[in-house]
Parts: sequence; C-alpha cells; structure tokens
Amino acid sequence: MSRITECFNNLKSQGRKALIPYVTAGDPEPKVTLPLMHALVESGADIIELGIPFSDPMADGPVIQLACERALLHGTRLVDVLDMVAEFRKTNQTTPVVLMGYLNPIEVMGYSAFADKAKAVGLDGVLTVDLPPEEAGEFNQLMKASDIDVIYLLAPTTEEARIKQICAAGSGYVYYVSVKGVTGSASLNVAEVADKLEIIRRHTDMPVGVGFGIRDDASARAISEVADGVIVGSVLVNKIAELAGNQEQIPGAVAAITASMRQAMDK
Amino acid sequence: MPTKEDLAIAKQMPDAGGHFGQFGGRYVSETLMAALQQLEQTYEKLWRDPQFQAEFDHDLAHYVGRPSPLYHAERLSRELGGAQIYLKREDLNHTGAHKVNNTIGQALLAKFTGKPRVSAETGAGQHGVATATVAARLGLECTVYMGEEDIRRQALNVYRMKLLGAEVVSVTSGTRTLKDAMNEAMRDWVTNVDNTFYIIGTAAGPHPYPKLVRDFQSIIGREARQQCLAQTGKLPDALVACVGGGSNAIGLFHPFIEDADVRMIGVEAGGYGIETGQHAAPLSSHCRPGVLHGNRTCLMSDEGGQVIGTHSVSAGLDYPGVGPEHSYLQEIGRAEYTAINDDEALHAFRHLTLTEGIMPALESSHAVAEAMKMAPTMGKDQIILVNLSGRGDKDIHTVAEIDGINF
Ligand SMILES: Cc1ncc(COP(=O)(O)O)c(C=O)c1O
Repeated sequence: MSRITECFNNLKSQGRKALIPYVTAGDPEPKVTLPLMHALVESGADIIELGIPFSDPMADGPVIQLACERALLHGTRLVDVLDMVAEFRKTNQTTPVVLMGYLNPIEVMGYSAFADKAKAVGLDGVLTVDLPPEEAGEFNQLMKASDIDVIYLLAPTTEEARIKQICAAGSGYVYYVSVKGVTGSASLNVAEVADKLEIIRRHTDMPVGVGFGIRDDASARAISEVADGVIVGSVLVNKIAELAGNQEQIPGAVAAITASMRQAMDK
Repeated sequence: MPTKEDLAIAKQMPDAGGHFGQFGGRYVSETLMAALQQLEQTYEKLWRDPQFQAEFDHDLAHYVGRPSPLYHAERLSRELGGAQIYLKREDLNHTGAHKVNNTIGQALLAKFTGKPRVSAETGAGQHGVATATVAARLGLECTVYMGEEDIRRQALNVYRMKLLGAEVVSVTSGTRTLKDAMNEAMRDWVTNVDNTFYIIGTAAGPHPYPKLVRDFQSIIGREARQQCLAQTGKLPDALVACVGGGSNAIGLFHPFIEDADVRMIGVEAGGYGIETGQHAAPLSSHCRPGVLHGNRTCLMSDEGGQVIGTHSVSAGLDYPGVGPEHSYLQEIGRAEYTAINDDEALHAFRHLTLTEGIMPALESSHAVAEAMKMAPTMGKDQIILVNLSGRGDKDIHTVAEIDGINF
C-alpha cells in the first residue's frame, strides 16, 4: 500500500480529513523549504504538496507565479526539489510528499530518469497540471513501476464520462479544482463542490482532495465536511511572500495558519 | 529524404489526438479539456459545412480583399542576379498581415458557438489588431493580452486596437513578451471558459488550434500555388516564410507538402546571432522537444526545463517555441529551418523598400533576407516564392529609433 493510501486510511479510521498544504519549493530561498516542511507536519499537515518552480505557470494566479519567480531567482531546479525530498525523508518516513508542477522540467529530465530519482528519494506522488491522461500513457507506466502515485485533476467542467476515465488512470487521490480559474482566484461555492463530489464518488473509491479558493479556517472546515482532503496553497504562499525579508520567521508563521485550519477541521 | 508515402502521411497530419508524429497533442490543465473537445467537434463539423465555407470565402474575398497578389519582384531579382523572387502579398490584406485570415475563421467559429466574448494574445500586435477588427465587426467583446515590452515597441498597434474597441491588457510577468501574453490569455480562458472564445494567433497551442489555424491560413498556399502556375507555368523551386509560431509559414507550405521538388524554408529570428544564445530560433538551433502552451514541440528551455528568454528585433517572432507541425516537418526532413539575425532583417527591410517600394514587416523581412541570400546561388530560371506576411508600417517606429530619430 502506498504511503498516500495508508495516510488516508488512517485518517478515515480516526474520522478525520487530510490537511494538504502546498508550498513552492525554493521559495523564497532553497534553505527555507526543509524547515518549512517539518513545521507544516508539526502543525498538523497530513500530506505535503511541494511545487516544482516553473518559468511559465499557466494555471497559477499571481501569488504562485511570483513564488516561482522567487524560487527560480535562486536557481531551484527539479533535481534540487528532489534533493529536498531526500533530506526530508531522513527524519520523516511517514508523511507523504507529492510534487506538483508543470510537465516541461520532467520532460527535459526524462520520464524514466525522473521515475528512478523520485523512487530513490522517497517521493510518493506527482501531479503535473498540464499532463492529462490522454498524453500520459508512458509517464503513467513508468511512475507506477516506481510505485509513485499519479494524481490527476478534475475540474468543474469535467463531464461524467471523463471523470470515470481520469479516476481509472490515477491513484492515491484525485484533486478536485473547486473553481473555474487559476490558483488563488475567487471564493468557492461549497454546495456546488458537494454536488460535484457526489458525482465523482460514483466513479471512484479513491479519496478526493479539494483545492483552489480555500483561504481561511471557515472555508477549510466547510470543505473538510464534504471532501477527504483540504488543499491550501495561495494563502500560505502569500505569507511566505510577506516574510521574504525575514526568512527565519517563515516556518512558524506559515505553520500557524495550518495549525489553525487543523483545529477548525477537527472541531 | 521522405518518400512519396511519407509525404502523403504528412499531408494528413495531425492524428485524432492532434499529434504530428511525436509533436503536438493537448497538454493543458483539466479545466480547459471540455472546451477544447467542444471546439474540436464544432470545428470538424463546420469546416466541412458548405454554409460555413461559403461565409468564410465570402469574407476573405470582400472583407480581407483576397486573393492577395503574387508579385514578381523584378528589380530585386535582377539586382541579385539569380533566382526570380516572387512575393505573396499578404501585406495587402485588410489590417496589413496574414493574421486576419485566421481571425476571420475563428471569429466565425465564435459566432456559430454563440460566445459573446473573444480573447487573444499578441506579440507584434498584428494578431491583436486582426482580432479586434473581427470582434468590432461581429459586435463581440474583445480582450487582448500583450507583453509590456511589446506594448512599448508596437505602440501604434496598441492604439489601433483601442480604437477598434478592444481592451488591451499589459502583461508584466516573465519576459513581458509574446510567451507571457500567451500564458495570461490561457489564464483568462480558464477563468472565463463559459463565455469566451480564445482566438489563438498562430499555429501553436493545444489541439485543435494548430490544425485549424493551419487550415484557415492554407488559403495562402493554395492561391500561391495556382498563381505561380498561372504566371510562370511551373511550381516554385523554393518557398520561404518567416516562423514565429509558424502560421504564415504553414499556411504557405501545407498545400505544397506533396510537391516533393519544392523546397520549403522556414526562417526563424536569429536575434543577435544563434551563437550568442540571444535569439528566437528553436528549430535552427536544434532545441530538444519540450512542452509549453498546450503542445509538445521544439522549445528553448534550459537543462532544468525552464523556458529561456528570447530576443528578436521583431516582436512577432520573439517566441521560444514553434508550432508543432514545423517540428514535425523538420524531423521528417520535408522542411528546412534557418535563422536570420536582426541586422540582416533590418537591411532587408530597407532594401526591399528601396528597390521595390514595398515596406515589409520586420517579421517578413527575415524571409526577404533569406531569399536575398539564396537568390544569387540559384539559376535565373529558378523561382523563390516568399511569403510577405505583413507590411512594415507598424515597425517604422522601431526602425526610426535605431536611426536615432524621435517623432
Ligand atoms: C507580419 C507578421 N508576420 C509573421 C508573424 C509571425 O507569426 P507566424 O509565425 O504565426 O506567422 C507575425 C506575428 O505577429 C506578423 O505580424
């Protein structure tokens, strides 16, 4: 059983939902990421989504675009991100780590080299925003062979037949993008999300995480009532941006946000 | 050399998934998948629909002013002392470039699908102007994304778009040029997918865009082929076209794919020179395949897969990728790709203006410069057919600046 599946099973038996923070690796500097990951876990994060910085983050709003720019300024490459996972694994063997990003850095490294490295460093899952299952045949095979879960997105615009097809291709969990828009965009409609999750659950037993538009304790709690996982990104990245000049404060300040969400979700 | 069978296959590309061999495809976030599938269905139906075809042809004739002439540049050819240079005069189209062929087609699709709003990205501003133009005519709301750097160098076109009622959004992320404008246009589309038709300006992007843009632009090659036969009794020896994303080039090339004796030469922006790394020439600098803006193609990216900043004096060629069909045509050996540097393009701009009284766009000047290099190495009875993709009015400001003149 993959670390991700095990994580969701444990939570389920405790009647809790997964808190899944997203941060961009290397933002604002590479040395911040590792302590930040550990702080997130201590604050109650169950899975960490680590963003691979990319020069052209087409599905992201300004907040994560700027995070990518900051990380790239210090030359954070995909190999460096994988190294961060390896470092994290030295002291944490239980919290799943998922890399999230765009295909080109992986494409340039080569799928098979990436799969080998990902396995070697103890990565658990990968989510490539711009790689739908139609184009992912070879990629999927190589990841599966390395026991890496491939996580796919579902959107408000995804029709039922396609939901079925995507869920069949993925493993670990599926990521429901709660709004039509880029990351960090306007607030979500919980009732609409709940309706869509009901349809999604007709086609999969996999846990469903919901992301985009979760910005505070109230929205985290509301989503935790209908979804299996709550994915939160832009609010955390915003805090990182605010503290770019006081980097030693970043882990504590970001973890304070997730700790508070954790409490709200567990109430 | 590709065989006859290879060329027959090439002519039928892309496959059902939008692939040109290993290139092309549909690499987008999930939110856009439904819209792209719907666009594909709409397009496949309408492209075969006589009523749609009739409307498209009518607009090209009476609004754009087609067919555009094929002009024998006799003085230039005589002076170069070799091959005869013929110019396909896309510069004479309404709005001054080939871009309008495509926007007429896509606006018709928008009309048939009932979307009240169109959006576009633009580099030189020609596609933005062509989009704003068709939007004005059809009464559609129009937003155009343009890099801050391009807004500066193409100020005239920015004002033209505004006069046409379009909103021009300045893009300040990344390199502030065409690539970033395209990112922003895709973000807009993800957000407004229900009411917006995204009019892509070149033969790139996710499937079905490379195919439909090619089909709309292929009027260039179909006309040129007939005109060349009618005027000279034979096919040209070589086709030459500039390549940014590759829409004017593929529009010229496609109808000639199975004419194996006709060379096809795509001219990329060499910028300060390929050897400096400051260019926009993914094919002629032999970049590896990568994925950007929804398709796999030859892409300028570094060891870590980050897209590299480009440079060209011409905003319309300043793009790190290229339409996937060009990557494919290079790989199978059907088309050749080369680069022309800024200074060579500027020289060609001035030279064509002085010898023929035709002022080419800086983009098109790259193609003219390549033809000027080739002609002396060829026989007087040979023919080079150059796609003069646009006129140079929009670039007078840039050239004047280089001459130290301020208006
Ligand atoms: C006159 C002209 N030619 C060529 C291009 C390059 O585009 P493409 O390669 O799609 O023809 C542009 C783009 O702005 C243009 O304005």
